Amino acid sequence: MQNRTLEVGVGLFLLAGILALLLLALRVSGLAATPSADTYKLYAYFDNIAGLTVRAKVSMAGVTIGKVTAIDLDRDNFTGRVTMQVDKKVDNLPIDSTASILTAGLLGEKYVGISVGGDDKLLTNGGTIHDTQSSLVLEDLIGKFLLNSVGKDAKDAK
Amino acid sequence: MRRKTLTDRVALFGHSAIEAVAILGRSTLFLFHALFGRSTSGGGFQLLVKQLYSVGVMSLAIVVVSGMFIGMVLALQGFSILSKYGSAQATGQMVALTLLRELGPVVTALLFAGRAGSALTAEIGNMKSTEQLSSLEMIGVDPLKHIAAPRLWAGFVSLPVLALIFSVVGIWGGSWVAIDWLGVYSGSFWANMQNSVTFNTDVLNGVIKSVVFAFVVTWIAVFQGYDCEPTSEGISRATTKTVVYASLAVLGLDFILTALMFGDF
Repeated sequence: MQNRTLEVGVGLFLLAGILALLLLALRVSGLAATPSADTYKLYAYFDNIAGLTVRAKVSMAGVTIGKVTAIDLDRDNFTGRVTMQVDKKVDNLPIDSTASILTAGLLGEKYVGISVGGDDKLLTNGGTIHDTQSSLVLEDLIGKFLLNSVGKDAKDAK
Repeated sequence: MRRKTLTDRVALFGHSAIEAVAILGRSTLFLFHALFGRSTSGGGFQLLVKQLYSVGVMSLAIVVVSGMFIGMVLALQGFSILSKYGSAQATGQMVALTLLRELGPVVTALLFAGRAGSALTAEIGNMKSTEQLSSLEMIGVDPLKHIAAPRLWAGFVSLPVLALIFSVVGIWGGSWVAIDWLGVYSGSFWANMQNSVTFNTDVLNGVIKSVVFAFVVTWIAVFQGYDCEPTSEGISRATTKTVVYASLAVLGLDFILTALMFGDF
């Protein structure tokens, strides 16, 4: 009897360890990207996706409605293709909706923000968002700013 | 007592150096005999289960409680600093990475040295001083196989399991403080964590660390018990040595392991 409780105790202990490893794998490191059944796929092509990562959130009006599942390069147009999985509950996105890559806070993570369009036709599974706004790259912005001020100086000199 | 001459001092110094090398050799031989020597008595599995219970299951309470509090403190501290930079949602990432990479293995090993290691040393030392070990030898049972080996294996298995449980409970405690108390949005808390934690580099490296610590701490504990002076004073000294040596070894090894695992920038 004594031995039996020992064995059960040790068994439970080891089970707790295995469970902990599973939890760490699935919940904390997000090892298995479980494609849940109640989502649908959308694509969006961006000129520059700099900084966006897989599993970044897709949000609309500040509410998270899905996540980015894949990012790859479209060989023909040299644009970045972002694959998103969006909650089935939000299945009424107009076909002319806009997707833009935004930053949470000044130093925060990048995410995809979707703003609604006005068309009657809706985006379906596998649909593509055509109207996109690329990631804001600070270097480009500084470059443009410098170029502008140089141009202005040249004008002023004349 | 006459004054020690210079040569006496040099001789003493040399003697202690030779003694240190001898202890290192003795402990290595002890480990090899205990782990790989031929088994003479049956019932090894039953002995292992018993030791797993007293070493692992009995340490569960302290590990769970301290894990929860450490996770909660990490979340509080992380939130107070990160919210200044407007990135409070990174609290989850900070809590998880700190626990998985460092605090999980290290703090569990330190607790294990204090809770289970000292008990192992005291128990075996007591067996030695009451001549139970020599009686076992006399009836033809190898005390290395019968006493030392199951305790070593139990330690090797228990500590990694305890460290995993520590990390999970810590992350749970941290999420409780961050989400339910401080009001971090739970979606970005978990998403940030999942974005930054990778299974191979963070979770598995943490497990490897705790396996190494388990090996070192249990080895020190069992050997100190086996090698102690068979007096009550000797046992108390051996128990102190176990905790001190094991803690120092864990902290030192942690630096080396971290440099090996995460040092390639």
